[in-house]
Amino acid sequence: MRWRVIARTAYPFLVVAAIWEIVARLEVFPRRLFPPLEEIAAAFARLTLSGVLPHHAFDTLIRLTAGFALAAIAGVMIGILMGRFRRAEDIFLPLVTIAAPIPGLAYAPLFLLWFGLGHFSAVLLVAFVSAFPVVFNTWTGVKAVKDIWVRSALVMGADNPKLFRHVILPGALPYILTGLRLGLAQAWRVLVGVEMLAAVPWGLGWMIFGAREFLNTDVMLAGVAVIAMIGLALEKLVFEKIENYTVVRWGMMS
Amino acid sequence: MTQHADRIRSYRRAIVTIAVAALCYEAIARSGYFPAVLVPTLPKIAMALWRSLLDGSMLSHAGFTLYRVLFGFSLAIVVGVPLGIMMARYRPVQNFVLPLASAFMPIPSLAWVPLFILWFGLGNTVAVLVVFYAATFPILLNTWSGVRSVNPLWLRAAGAMGADENLLFWKVIIPGASPFIITGLRQAFLRAWIAVVGAEMIAASDWGLGWTIFDAKEFLNADMMIASLVVIGFIGFVFERLVFGSLEQATVMRWGMVKTVRS
Repeated sequence: MRWRVIARTAYPFLVVAAIWEIVARLEVFPRRLFPPLEEIAAAFARLTLSGVLPHHAFDTLIRLTAGFALAAIAGVMIGILMGRFRRAEDIFLPLVTIAAPIPGLAYAPLFLLWFGLGHFSAVLLVAFVSAFPVVFNTWTGVKAVKDIWVRSALVMGADNPKLFRHVILPGALPYILTGLRLGLAQAWRVLVGVEMLAAVPWGLGWMIFGAREFLNTDVMLAGVAVIAMIGLALEKLVFEKIENYTVVRWGMMS
Repeated sequence: MTQHADRIRSYRRAIVTIAVAALCYEAIARSGYFPAVLVPTLPKIAMALWRSLLDGSMLSHAGFTLYRVLFGFSLAIVVGVPLGIMMARYRPVQNFVLPLASAFMPIPSLAWVPLFILWFGLGNTVAVLVVFYAATFPILLNTWSGVRSVNPLWLRAAGAMGADENLLFWKVIIPGASPFIITGLRQAFLRAWIAVVGAEMIAASDWGLGWTIFDAKEFLNADMMIASLVVIGFIGFVFERLVFGSLEQATVMRWGMVKTVRS
């Protein structure tokens, strides 16, 4: 049974790989631009063994973690403030509504101009861009906490910290997690783009972009493959796990 | 009535907040603490915007960007919607496409830009293809789940009343799936809009709003950059609210598929 599932998942990839291989072998396109799969695999193995690819991937992940952590902390805090206090909502909501629809990468040159090329701007931009979904969803989540839960907790003598920890936070958590998930996806998309623009010394985006200069298509495709794996891992491993541990276990989502 | 008063109140608060934020920015810009080229004053930004609108350059930049994004987006609809419907209707198609889609979806569309530049050269093709890549997956997956979520009771009822395949498709499945499809289009447009700006920055052609911003960086024209940001935000907002909002109003809301949500 298990094998059948694996086979069924694998066969579309095999078909696509076979088509790729045939096109590459027939040399419909120049070989440098359209390398066969074994060349891509060889580039992947070579770069992995020499430690170059892990270094690029590691730096990208560090940036992603740093930027996303900033966004998560700031975003959840602002979102909760907006949900709880009318005044905070009045202040933040117009600003967030104006800034959010502008695509994240459009801010990149401005950030580069203000904070210089390199690591710092990249992290800051990722944090800035991925904070928006976190803020919006946290805000909605806090507002969606049932009034009757809050009132009954108050009647039962909960003070403010208790109310927050045991009612508001768990009540808003499904929304907050959705926000974090969207934020992480956003961070990931922007990060790859900004690494191409910000002239960082290491990073997968930069690796792909730099390989273009030397027509190293095999290196580029190996980089794209790694990016795909990281993206898939973020989606499957990180968020599904967190969701299972919290909201599913509490019976708030099935 | 109270809702109305509430609304006016929140508008007033919004205006106050924005005015205060603008004043803070202006004070910072005029303080001379930061170089004036990097933090231009608001009148300067407004002037840059006005100048570029008057000489028509901003309009043609916006025109190029819109052309790229709409071309790619239409391609994505043409591919995504039929494929999504086929996936939901025919098992083998689903078995083939779904694993591929879930593997390729997490790749940010911009990761393909350098490769596309090599394959297709600088210019429109790269931007259009990147937009297509970014927009296809949300449309595909939403259409797929929309068609699958069509109430089987409706299908059987329509079948019992003598609808043939063709009628069933146009009168039941498409309207039934449309809330999902419209959500998919909305998400897809957001992604497409991000993708086109990024692609224009990286695959520098010589027109387009993304290119304007990136080009302005070279000459330290922060006023032009912020002016382009305003235009980008404005177009995104127009699409989100006017185009998709009215599309929703004309279809799913009129059909009573989703309740009118007024915020």
